[in-house]
Amino acid sequence: MSRLPAGHRHNVQFTLNGKPCSGEAEPRMLLTDFLRHQIGATGTHVGCEHGVCGACTVEIDGKLARACLTLAVQTDGCAVRTVEGLAPAANRLGILQAAFKRNHALQCGFCTAGILMSLDHFLRENPEPNEQEVRDLLTGHLCRCTGYAPIVRAAMEAAAEIAGKPAKEKSDA
Amino acid sequence: MKPAAFDYVRAEHLDEVLDGLAREGGDARVIAGGQSLMPMLNMRLARPKTLIDIMRLPELARIERKGGNIVVGAGVRQAALLAWPELGKVLPLAAQALPWTGHVQTRSRGTVCGSIAHADPSAELPLVFCALGGEVHLRSRKRQRRVPASDFFAGMMVTTRADDELIEAVSFPASRHACAFREVARRHGDFAIVACAAVATDKGVRLAVGGVADMPVAREFPRLESSALEDALNVFAYELDARDDVHASARYRRDLVRMIGADLVREVLS
Repeated sequence: MSRLPAGHRHNVQFTLNGKPCSGEAEPRMLLTDFLRHQIGATGTHVGCEHGVCGACTVEIDGKLARACLTLAVQTDGCAVRTVEGLAPAANRLGILQAAFKRNHALQCGFCTAGILMSLDHFLRENPEPNEQEVRDLLTGHLCRCTGYAPIVRAAMEAAAEIAGKPAKEKSDA
Repeated sequence: MKPAAFDYVRAEHLDEVLDGLAREGGDARVIAGGQSLMPMLNMRLARPKTLIDIMRLPELARIERKGGNIVVGAGVRQAALLAWPELGKVLPLAAQALPWTGHVQTRSRGTVCGSIAHADPSAELPLVFCALGGEVHLRSRKRQRRVPASDFFAGMMVTTRADDELIEAVSFPASRHACAFREVARRHGDFAIVACAAVATDKGVRLAVGGVADMPVAREFPRLESSALEDALNVFAYELDARDDVHASARYRRDLVRMIGADLVREVLS
């Protein structure tokens, strides 16, 4: 058993997008704040802080999770994946990200990090989704400017491209 | 929206959980998937002195068939139960209701027992638990006991669990009887405005309603003619003591109970 006392900072280590990462966190520190303020990984956004909006969605040990409903100390020893892990290289967008750009599937971009994480996970598990399944997945996210139609379109296009079917337009990314 | 300070205990043995609860009682809270408790902590509606994490106890993460019951351990996530290959055969009602429980992104973390422990009157799992007549398996340093669903919920987010007790598991009687689930919510995956679950019984139907009273409520209905059924559902709808809130009026809630209730009763009896 380990007991981490309140008011003290404790070492937390996990892998972030495949690379070892560590920092210090009080027991009450949320994973969102740990990622953003301790690690400096600000791609994960903080919206409602009670699990409703989905902006902070990340992957922990291969499963989707709200980072705002996760304590940093709970992730000790886990594998965490965030939006920073999606691009194949600096200045190059992944297939899903490029589809978002082509389809204007983001406007202010606040909700985008979480939606990309959900869709990236979902498309790996469901390589040939139908539109209803994509819409069902998106119920776990709130977007307040672009609207969902272009997001659904981008997801369907990315799925087709991953499956080897050509996209409607060539990426300019 | 940050939790108040607490000690965090990462339990590696069940004894540590039971000792912690025996020593600290109501000052300690057990955390599993955190999908109900973390929002309460963030909003400071809960301010425990100690948080005991049970998710590193493999013995709690099991789904087992024992006799005619399906025993779901405290560490079993909602997504794991939904993915359990036998679910549709032995707990078809849970198979129908689980896709309505939160979202993919919360079912991946939230546990079955955690949702029942939280006892939100609009939540789907307490409703299914109530409709099927399940039992909560409680354990403390001093004793072990089982509490039937009808005695477990005591009010909105209040249960009869004692402060030193851990919900070790919940069990559902396996049921191949015809069943049906329906829910009205503002957005798929949100808490229900009204949710109903119906299960065929030897004499008729058991109908459970969530989202209206301060806890899920089940009622037995014999086989009735159409107009008699509508009258009985109307009485039931009024007895649930619906309230107005920002999402729906009491009148609308009663209307949903009458309409969805009638549909489900007919569906499981046909």
